[in-house]
Amino acid sequence: MSLSMTRPARIAALRPGPVMLRLLALLGALLLVFALLLGERLFNATAVRSMAFQLPELGILSLAMMIPLLSGGLDLSIIATANLSALAMAFVFTHLGAGQAGMMALACDVAALASGFAVAAAIGLLNGYVIAYLGVSPILATLGSMTMVKGIAIGLTHGNVISGFPAGIVFLGNGSVLGVPMALIVFVLVALPVAVIIGRTPLGAIIAMCGSNQEAVRFSGIDTRRVVLRIYLLSALLSAVAGLVMMARFNSANAAYGESYLLVTILAAVLGGIDPAGGFGKVGGLVMALVILQLISTAANLLGMSQFLTLALWGAILLAVTGVGRLADWLRLRLP
Amino acid sequence: MREMGRGFARSHEARLLLVVVVLGGFLALATPSFASLQNLVDLLTSNAFSGMLAAGLLVVLVSGGIDISFTATASVAQYAAMTVANHSHIGWLGVAAIGAGLGSLLGLFNAVLIGTLRLSSIIVTIATLNLFYGLLMFVTRGDEIFALPDWFVNGASWTVYTDAQQAEYAITLPMLGLVFAFALTAILLKRSNIGRQVYALGSNADAAARVGIPVFRLNLLIYGYMGLIAGLASLVQAQNAQSVSPNALVGRELDVLAAVVLGGASLTGGVGSVFGTILGVMLLAFLQNGLLLLGVPSYWSPCFTGAVILVAVSLLAIERRRQQGRVRRVSA
Amino acid sequence: MANFLELTGISKRFGGVRALSEVDLDLARGEVHCLAGENGSGKSTLIKIVSGVQQPDPGGRIVIDGRAHPHLTPAGSTRLGIQVIYQDLSLFPDLTVAENIAFSRHLGGLHGVDWRAIRADATAVMQRIGIALDPRARVADLAIAQRQLVAICRALAAEARLVIMDEPTASLTRHEVDSLLRLTRALTRRGITIVFVSHRLDEVLEIADRVSVLRDGRKLGTYAAEGMTGRRLGALMTGGDYDYTPSVPDHATAPVVLAVRGLSRPGEFADIGFDLRAGEILGLIGLLGAGRTELALSLFGMRPAASGEIRLHGRAVPIDSNRAAIDHGIAYVPEDRLSLGLVMEQPIGANIVLAILHRLAGRLGLLRTDRRRAAVGEWIARLGIKVADPDNAVRTLSGGNQQRVVLAKWLATGPRVLILDSPTVGVDVSAKDGIYAIVRDLAAAGMAVLLISDEIPEVLYHTHRILVMHAGRITGTFMPGETSEAALREALDA
Repeated sequence: MSLSMTRPARIAALRPGPVMLRLLALLGALLLVFALLLGERLFNATAVRSMAFQLPELGILSLAMMIPLLSGGLDLSIIATANLSALAMAFVFTHLGAGQAGMMALACDVAALASGFAVAAAIGLLNGYVIAYLGVSPILATLGSMTMVKGIAIGLTHGNVISGFPAGIVFLGNGSVLGVPMALIVFVLVALPVAVIIGRTPLGAIIAMCGSNQEAVRFSGIDTRRVVLRIYLLSALLSAVAGLVMMARFNSANAAYGESYLLVTILAAVLGGIDPAGGFGKVGGLVMALVILQLISTAANLLGMSQFLTLALWGAILLAVTGVGRLADWLRLRLP
Repeated sequence: MREMGRGFARSHEARLLLVVVVLGGFLALATPSFASLQNLVDLLTSNAFSGMLAAGLLVVLVSGGIDISFTATASVAQYAAMTVANHSHIGWLGVAAIGAGLGSLLGLFNAVLIGTLRLSSIIVTIATLNLFYGLLMFVTRGDEIFALPDWFVNGASWTVYTDAQQAEYAITLPMLGLVFAFALTAILLKRSNIGRQVYALGSNADAAARVGIPVFRLNLLIYGYMGLIAGLASLVQAQNAQSVSPNALVGRELDVLAAVVLGGASLTGGVGSVFGTILGVMLLAFLQNGLLLLGVPSYWSPCFTGAVILVAVSLLAIERRRQQGRVRRVSA
Repeated sequence: MANFLELTGISKRFGGVRALSEVDLDLARGEVHCLAGENGSGKSTLIKIVSGVQQPDPGGRIVIDGRAHPHLTPAGSTRLGIQVIYQDLSLFPDLTVAENIAFSRHLGGLHGVDWRAIRADATAVMQRIGIALDPRARVADLAIAQRQLVAICRALAAEARLVIMDEPTASLTRHEVDSLLRLTRALTRRGITIVFVSHRLDEVLEIADRVSVLRDGRKLGTYAAEGMTGRRLGALMTGGDYDYTPSVPDHATAPVVLAVRGLSRPGEFADIGFDLRAGEILGLIGLLGAGRTELALSLFGMRPAASGEIRLHGRAVPIDSNRAAIDHGIAYVPEDRLSLGLVMEQPIGANIVLAILHRLAGRLGLLRTDRRRAAVGEWIARLGIKVADPDNAVRTLSGGNQQRVVLAKWLATGPRVLILDSPTVGVDVSAKDGIYAIVRDLAAAGMAVLLISDEIPEVLYHTHRILVMHAGRITGTFMPGETSEAALREALDA
C-alpha cells in the first residue's frame, strides 16, 4: 500500500467485500454451532493441528483450479497431473537417491523435484496449447489430458504405489516447525505468491479481464494466447506442488491418489466467491472457503459422523449459501 | 428423413462413422475374436450402462446445460430399488418403477435448483453429486448388497440363436435397456415438439423465452429425463454386476461426458444427435476392447482413450472454427 | 376506424423514474411509422407496453382494432397480431429455416413433429412476400440479411398485423437495406402496419409515412415524413440544434505521420495508399462490406496485410501484431464496442489501464496502485467521463461514457495515430457531439486521426478530408468544403 493513498481509499481497500462478509458470517455461525456441540473437543491444540495437516492438500489443488476458473476456464487434469509428477519425483528418489549421502543426496533431491515439475510443465503447456491455439473448450481439453495423463501413470506403474522416501520428504508431509505443520507452511508459501500474482501483477489483472471478455483483451494489444498458455502452466505447476505434499504425507505416490478432490476443488472455489463464469475472485475468499470446509470436516469427524456425510454437507453448504444470496436479492426487490 | 440426409456427407457424424468403421474393420482383420458374435454381444452388454447414460446426457447437452450428478443419481436409485426388492417381491415392474421414479425425482431436484439459484448447471450438479453420493454412503455405511433376488440375478433373456458349439445367444435386458434409451431419446429429440424446443433452448436461450417456451418446465423435463434414464441404467448395471455397491458408479461421469462430446454434441448447446452419440460410445468401446484383443496391457488402455479424446476434440474445434470463418465471410 | 392501434395517456414509472408520461400514439393500417428518440427516451418501454411485456400505469388506454385492452399480456399481444423483431433477431441458429419460421408448431403440449406441415407453412409464408430461401438450410449458415428475412417471415407466420422492427438496418449493406424497404412496401400493401425504431433515420424516412419523436418519456409530436430531414429530427430528439459546418484547416505543412502504400489483402482490400498528417482528421467512408474495417484491422496489425508498406514518420515498419502497432503509436477503437472495445462486466478503471498495464508495474513486476490510480483519475478527468466510482462496472455507464472509456484506454497508450471505427454507433445524438469535440481537440493537439464511418454527415462535418472506399479499393477523395451529401452518396453507391 503506497503512502499517497488517500484515507477513504485506504479504508476501501481494507473493507471486506460482500463475498468475504458472507463467508465470515457463515464461519461465525459454524463456529458457534460447533462450539455448542463440541466445545473443548474442537477447540484444542490437537484438533486444530489435525485441521492444519489436512487443509493444504485440498488447498493447493484448489489454487490450481482457481486460476483457470478465474480466466473463464477449468482444469480437470489437476489431480492426474499431481499424481504423475509425484510419481516422477518418487521414481527419481527411489532409483537414484537410494543409498546416496551428502552432496549426492542433495543433488538427487533437486533432480527429483526438477523432474516432477518438468512433467507438470509439459502437461500444462499441452493443455494451454490445445486450449489457446487449437480453440478447444477448456473442459474438453483437460478432460482428454486428464484421462491420458492418468493413463500414462497407470501404464507406467500398473497401478502400484512407489514408496520409501528420504526423511526430508516425509518431514514435508508430517513434520512441524514450532508446532506449525510443514504442509501448512508449504500452503502459505504457495498461496501468498498466487494471491500476489492475481491481485497485484499485470498478469493477474489480465487473467481476470480475460475471464470476462478475452476478445476485448486481445484487441487491447495483449497476446491472450500466451496468457492462456501461462494460466494452464501455472495450474499444472501448482498441481505438482500438491502432488509433492500428498506424496510426502502418504510417504508414497500412486496414479489414483486424491481423485475425489477434483470436483471438490471447484466447489471450494465457487464457495470462496470465484465466479464460475470467470472474471472475479480472490485468494482470500478461497482460503476462507477452505477453512469452512475443513472445519465442517473435522467437526463431523469429532461428532463421529462418516466422512461421506461431510461430502454431502459440503455440497449442501454451497447450495445453501447461493440460495440465501438469491433469497436476499429477492427480498431486496420486494421490500422497498 | 431428408432433413437428416442433407449434408450428411460433410457432417461430423459421417466422419465419425468412417473412423468407427475403419477401426472396426481393422480390429476384425487384426484379431480373430473382435468380430465374433460372442465378443460383440459382450461389448453391447458391458457398454449398456454408459450408453444409456450417454443418451440421457445428450438431451442435457443439447439444451445447453450439463449434468455431472447422474452417477450419484444412478447409485441412489440402484441401491433403493435393490434394497426394496430384497425385502418384498415387487417384480421387474416394481424395480423399474422405483429406479425410474427415484431417478427422475433427483433430476427434478437438479432442475429446480438450476432454475431458482441462477447458478450454472455444472456447479449445481457438482454440488448435488456430492450431496446425493455423500448421503447414500452415509445411510448405507458403504455396505454392498451381494445377494440380489434370484429372479433379478437370473434376469430375463430370449434366446434367438444357438451356434454349432451349442453356445446360446440371447437378447438380454441390458440390450433392451440400451435400445430403449436410444430409441426414446431419438424420438424425443427428433420427432417430438418438446425435443425441438430443447434444441431451440440450447441454440438461443433468450429467444426461447421470447417465443413462449416455458423454460423452467422444459428444464424440469430435461433433467428429469436424465434422472429417469440414470435410474433405469442403474438397474441394467446391477444386473450386469450381479451385485450393488454404492461407490461403484461415481467417478464415471466424465467418461460418459467424453463419449457424448466425441459424438459431436456441443457444450454450448443446440448441437448433437443420437446417431453421433451412439458412434461416440462405440468408438470408445471398440478402442478399449480392441487394445485388449491386440494384446496391449490393460494398464495402457486409459492412456490411449485419453489421447483419442484429445485428438478428437482438437479436430472438432479446428473444424468448427473453419466453418465459422466461412459463415463470417458469407455475411460480411 | 382506420387505426389498428391507439394509445392514449400511456405512462410508466419504474420506482421514482418516469420512463413514459402521457404518451398518445396511433398507428393506421398499412402505414409505415418511424419511432425516433435517443436512448432512454422511452422507445423501448413503449414497445414493451405494446407487446404486453410491461403494463402501463393506471389511466392509460390501449385500443386495438377498436377494442380496449386493459390487461395486455405477451401472449395476448401476439394473438392480436403484434410482432416485435428485436435487433438480435431472436432466431435459433441451429434449427432450420422452416422450423424458425413455423416455430409456433413446436409449442404446446407434447406432440409429434409434422415436418411436412412445417415446411409447407414456411414455404407458403416465403412465397407470399416473394422470398426464396432453402427451408432446410440451417439458420447459422445464412448471412445476416437472410436471417432478417427469416425473422420477418416468422412474424408473418404468426399472422402479424403490426410488425415492430428494432434497428433493422444496423448490420445491412445499402443494397440489403433497399431490398428490406421494398419488402416493407409489399407488407403494407397487405394491410400490415410497420413500425421502425431506428437511429439511422435517413434511410427509413424514405418510405415512412409518419414519424413520432420521443424525448425524456414524452412524445414531442407526430410529423409527416415528407419534408422531414435527418437534421431536423436530430434537433427534435435532442432538444438542441447541432448545426455543423465543414471546417478544413490547412495541413499542407504538417509532417506526414502515417503513410500507406500499395496495401493489399486478398479478398478484402487492394492497393490502398494515402498519407495522414499530424493534426489531420482523415475520413474513410465505405458501406458494409467495402473493406473499411478489414483495412483498419490490418493497420492495427490484427490481420496483417499480405503486401504493401506502412510508414510511420517516414520509416517503413512491420506491423504484424497489434502489440507492434501499439508500440509504434497506433491505437484502434473498434466498431463493436460491446464485445471488442470494452470488458463490460469489469471496472471502469481496469478497462482504462488495460493497454498500459506493463507500464504500471514497479519493482518485482508488481502493479503500483498509486500509478494506476493516477492514470485512471487523469483520463476520467481529461475526457470528462461521468463516473460515480471507477470501481463500478463499465456496463453501468451510458453509451457515450462507455465510448469515452474506450478512448481513454487508447489515449493512455500515448498514440500518434488514432483509428476510430464508427465511433458514434449506438451513441445518442447529444453524446455524439461530445465525442466529436474530443476528436477535434485531439487533432488540434497534433494527433493524426483516421475516422472510419458509414454515415455521410459524420465524415462530411467532422473530418478534414474524405476517402471513399468501394469494393476493397479507394475510389475517390473529397474535400468537405467542396462536396455535398448527395455527391458522397453517389460516390458510395457507385
